[in-house]
Amino acid sequence: MRTLNTNLNSFIMHSVLIIYTLICMFPVYLLINNAFKSRRAIFKQPLSLPNEDTFSLAGFLKMFTRIDFSIYFYNSIVITVITLFFVLLFGAMAAWALSEYKFKGNTMLGLYLALGIMIPIKLGTVSILQLMNTLGLVNTLTGLIIIYIAQSLPLAIWILTEFMKQLSKELKEAARCDGVNEYQLFFYIVLPLLRPPMATVGVFTMVPVWNDLWWPLILAPSNGKQTVILGMQQYIGQYVTNWNAIFASLSLALIPVLIFYLIFSKQLIRSITAGAVK
Amino acid sequence: MKKKFPFHIIVFLFPACFIYSIFMIYPLIDTMRVSLYTQNLLGENMDDSSGVRTFIGLRNYYDLFFNDTWSWHFWNALKNNFYFFILHVSIQTPIGLLIAAFLSNKELKLKSTYRTLIFLPAMMSIVIVGYIFNLILSNLWGIPQTILGIFGLEDLYQPWLGLREYALITVSLISIWQFVGIPMMLFYAALLNIPEEILDAAKVDGSTGLSTFWKIKFPLILPTIGLMCVLTYVGNFNAFDLIYAIKNIYAGPEFSTDLMGTFFYRTFFGYQHQLGNPTMGATVASTTFLIILIGVLIYLFAFQKRITRYQY
Repeated sequence: MRTLNTNLNSFIMHSVLIIYTLICMFPVYLLINNAFKSRRAIFKQPLSLPNEDTFSLAGFLKMFTRIDFSIYFYNSIVITVITLFFVLLFGAMAAWALSEYKFKGNTMLGLYLALGIMIPIKLGTVSILQLMNTLGLVNTLTGLIIIYIAQSLPLAIWILTEFMKQLSKELKEAARCDGVNEYQLFFYIVLPLLRPPMATVGVFTMVPVWNDLWWPLILAPSNGKQTVILGMQQYIGQYVTNWNAIFASLSLALIPVLIFYLIFSKQLIRSITAGAVK
Repeated sequence: MKKKFPFHIIVFLFPACFIYSIFMIYPLIDTMRVSLYTQNLLGENMDDSSGVRTFIGLRNYYDLFFNDTWSWHFWNALKNNFYFFILHVSIQTPIGLLIAAFLSNKELKLKSTYRTLIFLPAMMSIVIVGYIFNLILSNLWGIPQTILGIFGLEDLYQPWLGLREYALITVSLISIWQFVGIPMMLFYAALLNIPEEILDAAKVDGSTGLSTFWKIKFPLILPTIGLMCVLTYVGNFNAFDLIYAIKNIYAGPEFSTDLMGTFFYRTFFGYQHQLGNPTMGATVASTTFLIILIGVLIYLFAFQKRITRYQY
């Protein structure tokens, strides 16, 4: 009776989970699947996989003749990588100071820096645009990078501070006894230990930056400075009628994130559920 | 004499504090300052700092709330945004909770596959999600008709995104579809966090399955549900991309999908014959800020008190 019950339970659970997983994957499947099909097949058999008759790269070819997606990819990669580098470096430095040293105003400063986790930076758009104008950073990748660093720092500092509080005291004291100064201690001993939380911070920084539409739309909308998402959005805005090209450009914008996510998903999920795993 | 502040602490803190203060906190405060001014609209260069601004106190807020030029759009966007939020909380939370409860079951196989795939949409760009659903739901393609047809319900199909009474619900459901993974993951983590001893004790007392869930697990993860609500609230009042991708800034039909984000964009940059208005834009942004702040404070007072932390 008990095993029957357990089996029934697990059957119900699996059914619900499978149905929900299918609901989650269905649009993604439709998108990528149809990017590789001919126009006729997109409309005639949208659900079936491409075969010899229906396979087509027309959308991708069409897209590449119209716009230079490689520039957008270059921009997005530059922005994401540079942002990530500075967020990790500055974030780790600040987190180190907050978690390691006792000084007046430590808690207040921590709270001040944590404010940004809750407050969306978008609300400062009016002044940010004005500031970027004054600094001559409109339509530059630098402007975008600075905003993304500012936006990503609060969460990065918070995650890294939590982690650094767990670093062993003995290690730090031993290093200090060996005459290592505070900078060396941080850069040569602490920083290399931060790899696991840095992967988490990396995902939480890179994904929103890569996917963002708002700031490219406002700060760098003109030719040659678009990110993948903005470039794709403008492209689709112009050529709404060509379904092949739409599917192709959407897939192209989506696939890098999918690959990135599938590589790091274990790490990411483990760190979200961290504490539980311990 | 005061003790000198250790120099290395300043070096460690300076870069982050500098960038964060200049490019995040200062603009937020400055936006509130700008909302107290008015400025001649010259059409072009509306982001130009040279435009002469005059201090007018809270006039912009008065106009936003009560003057017909702005108030209809403002109250409309605000109402839509609350509706958007309520739909999120009332649909996303139960689904997320159900999936998390299933996943937290120890004997369940394929757990990590489900987890990874259900969380996947949350990693996608909202713009891409918007476009996909725009295509899927368009009557040119016929996907919903085909699916409803399997159950013999093809007559139920309507171009939901284009109908005034359904557009906002449809947009909300799309957003919920995308972000269900986040509550799922948070609830899942919270469920795993419940100490074994408590569950063992419950078992000894003869509590099983569902009753353990409702009487023991659910109250313990209530703080996480509260946290999820406030995160959703902040995210919802910050939403823009989805409406922009599906409906552009006009948030049609007849502004029925207009949210604070799209309203802000139209106010700031202008649309059709209306000129962009930076000071009014700042007013909309500051009002949104206050709305978010009120939500966060309610959360802090209502939920934070009950939070219990487990020591490991």
